[in-house]
Amino acid sequence: MFRLRIAAAGTEGAEGAAAPPASRERPRGEASRTLPRALLAPAVVSLFLWMAVPLAMTLYFSLIRYNLMQPGEHGFLGLANYEFFVTDPSFWPAIVNTLLLVGSVIVITVTGGISLALLIDEPFPGRGLVRVLLISPFFVIPTVNALLWKHMMMNPIYGVLAQVWRFFGAKPVDWMADWPLFSVIVMVAWQWLPFATLIFVTALQSMNREQLEAARMDGARYLQQLRYLYIPHLGRSIAIVVMIETIFLMSVFAEIFTTTGGGPGDASTNIAFLIFKQALLNFDAGVASAGALLAVVLANIVAIFLIRMIGKNLD
Amino acid sequence: MAHRAPVSTALIVRTAAAWIVTLAIFFPLGWLVLTAFKTELQAISVPPLIFFTPTLENFVEVQERSDYLLYAKNSVITSVASTLLGLAIAAPAAYSMAFFRNRWTRDVLMWMLSTKMMPAVGALVPIYVLTQTAGLLDTRLALTIVFMLSNLPIMVWMLYSSFRDIPHEILEAARMDGATLWQEFRRVLLPLGMGGLFSTGLLCLVLAWNEAFWSLNLTAARAGTLAALIASYSSPEGLFWAKLSCASFMAIAPIVVFGWFSQRQLVQGLTFGAVK
Amino acid sequence: MAFLELKGVEKFFGEHRAIKGIDLSIEKGEFVVFVGPSGCGKSTLLRLIAGLETVDGGSVFLDGRDITRMPSSKRDLAMVFQSYALYPHMSVYDNMSFALMLAKVDPAEIREKVLRVAKILNLEPYLKRTPRELSGGQRQRVAIGRAIVRSPKVFLFDEPLSNLDAALRGQTRVEIAKLHRELNATTIYVTHDQVEAMTLAHRVVVLRDGEIEQVGTPLDLYYRPNNQFVAQFIGTPQMNMVSGPDLAEFETALNIPVPEGGYLGLRPESLTLNPANGAMVRAKVELVEALGAETLVYVTTPRGTQLVARQNNTRELPQVGDSVGLQIDTASTHVFDSQGRVVAPARY
Repeated sequence: MFRLRIAAAGTEGAEGAAAPPASRERPRGEASRTLPRALLAPAVVSLFLWMAVPLAMTLYFSLIRYNLMQPGEHGFLGLANYEFFVTDPSFWPAIVNTLLLVGSVIVITVTGGISLALLIDEPFPGRGLVRVLLISPFFVIPTVNALLWKHMMMNPIYGVLAQVWRFFGAKPVDWMADWPLFSVIVMVAWQWLPFATLIFVTALQSMNREQLEAARMDGARYLQQLRYLYIPHLGRSIAIVVMIETIFLMSVFAEIFTTTGGGPGDASTNIAFLIFKQALLNFDAGVASAGALLAVVLANIVAIFLIRMIGKNLD
Repeated sequence: MAHRAPVSTALIVRTAAAWIVTLAIFFPLGWLVLTAFKTELQAISVPPLIFFTPTLENFVEVQERSDYLLYAKNSVITSVASTLLGLAIAAPAAYSMAFFRNRWTRDVLMWMLSTKMMPAVGALVPIYVLTQTAGLLDTRLALTIVFMLSNLPIMVWMLYSSFRDIPHEILEAARMDGATLWQEFRRVLLPLGMGGLFSTGLLCLVLAWNEAFWSLNLTAARAGTLAALIASYSSPEGLFWAKLSCASFMAIAPIVVFGWFSQRQLVQGLTFGAVK
Repeated sequence: MAFLELKGVEKFFGEHRAIKGIDLSIEKGEFVVFVGPSGCGKSTLLRLIAGLETVDGGSVFLDGRDITRMPSSKRDLAMVFQSYALYPHMSVYDNMSFALMLAKVDPAEIREKVLRVAKILNLEPYLKRTPRELSGGQRQRVAIGRAIVRSPKVFLFDEPLSNLDAALRGQTRVEIAKLHRELNATTIYVTHDQVEAMTLAHRVVVLRDGEIEQVGTPLDLYYRPNNQFVAQFIGTPQMNMVSGPDLAEFETALNIPVPEGGYLGLRPESLTLNPANGAMVRAKVELVEALGAETLVYVTTPRGTQLVARQNNTRELPQVGDSVGLQIDTASTHVFDSQGRVVAPARY
């Protein structure tokens, strides 16, 4: 037991590799590796399986004929599933919708988030409560979020928005029917705005106050401070928010499922929903897998940039 | 005569602006809470009622629905179980990487985070097929495992982060004081790491509770969580708004409150530590 | 064999040889200070003795036993860390009694020991507080108290005063010296501050780049440095070094031969300004630092050598820009060769 301890102490101190071969270190060095590896194993193994098995299966399914309703017919199709997915009339609309959804939500949350963060950066009465209230939408279950907006806010007869429209003498809008994608964007943006705000609030807190004071003494007005000090400082957090939101927003599903069902037609179908439709509504697992692989590739491209940025931050 | 410094106009404007914006953003939630206490007639009244006598009849009715209780139970069981299971796997891994660091530690950590970035829809078909083959469709077990795996990278990362925050000199001091590895762990590391374990657990509880994608796709009538139940309320047959609001309110209230307490962990967890 | 004996101790960090084969003997009751510039390996050496780092070559003996492969928990050594490393979740009492509690000592005995040490260190009013509620100086005393309670074979101090402000540092230094006299405990003390080394140590070990440059009593090192490094490390202000253009003139003036490319070492106090009986060398005053009890005068020779002279204040202070004569005490002059080794020690 104590051999393990010395070795453990040794590896802790030496940041980096073990001692060179010449010393008597080797036997102890090897003994010290079993404990940390054993502790790490369950997490590594389960995550590896979680990632590798579905990926391999998706790849396999994408190359064969696989309909969930017709088990047993698994002929090799080559790239036919991919072709089918990409030539689906809903494919390009779905791509466009995905880009619109992700893009709009990012724009709304980043600009809104920065503005809010700047607004509540300096203390004022009730600031604590304001923060708590602003955070809340993010913790709402996505399906509840969807229904909240669909029925309570956007219903053309009883919804709050309809009542407000009528109050100003205008005809209420049937959001879900006439502006389906926009409605989804609104509800998703409402949910993610707190996330962005919180990130920017945190980032602003780490801002060097003395720098601001120096700028003020140099005669900089607020807009100039914004341009030369605040925004550059926030640059990194903006990048992070954009990347993280891109990754998570590409898979928006629950809101669409619960409200518009991707419609009318495919007006509010995004890639994730399209894949779902193929898999569990058309039961075509092969085509769905092809689509899924494309989505994974897309996500990975963004992820690479994000990982690199995070990696720089790891001590 | 004492003079108080005048409250500046800037402060008044800022306060007013902040509060107006906040109330506007919070409004939908606030309205939801209000509606939960209305009768169905009051809920759909035009113009909308702001002042009314609150009633608890919705709370009673929703809870009498047998499926509500079942789904609530499922939510609780799956989130708690997946969090505990996740902590049991993540804590040793984080401990190993924080205190037995080697040249691969960083890469392993990055790889773990990258698994979180895979879109869930990418795994939909295989996981569905696997779950079906294993006969685990519509079971709490399947959901628990899936939730646990989804949140594992975040748990490992956050625990690693909080273990790293423990000054290693304190552990060395324990060693000098004669503590064996186990004593060091039990009497120093664990008490000091408790806070991190707790806040990580809290965050993952929130994430599992709110998880909608897998709940919607892997369950039907027996193992669904509240996330799925609420979705089924959306069918147009009789909207029952007050009850819907009430059911929603009950479904989200505890988690929103938990969320208030885990703000900082949220930032660190979801940005993988990139924003401190 | 000495109480604590290091034989050929080596330590590698990756490819880098941090400790290069150190031999050292420490007697029981000695106060030994490891001193040296940043990165010289003094903390590493301390940690090797403590068992917090593994020894890659050589051995360590304590009280006759080979402790080279022994874990820290069994070595019966106590360490006071630079950051104090107090257990934040425990009270002062629990911090101090932790080791004894682990060793399953009788609680009544623990209580007696802790109270006794708390009394010595004036910690009695704070026994129930947690480290968070203590000031820096108080925390430091708890760290020391934690070590004393254990009555270890050797006390190890890792730069304990560096986190304190100047006033507290001086005060605590005196207290540590007093404590050592009372307890007569073998102590190894690491610092980069040579004033602490000079005032606290029985013997000083000067380290550079993982090797021992010299071991000796503080005054030994001051008056008889083995090489230029030690000569310039010990003593404030630094010993003056004369080389290059002015060397010839000084050699003649002092009548001391210096090897080719070598140096003359002159302590500031061996330079007298404007002596009554003629000067050996002339120079111009660049800066005068009046410290009250003494004055430091910075001069530059016509050929550009910069010197510091120490003058007590019974004499008249020179002005900046003055041209002054320097008298040098030949008896306290050190001669070094081009490698920095001492050729002729001063003949104090």
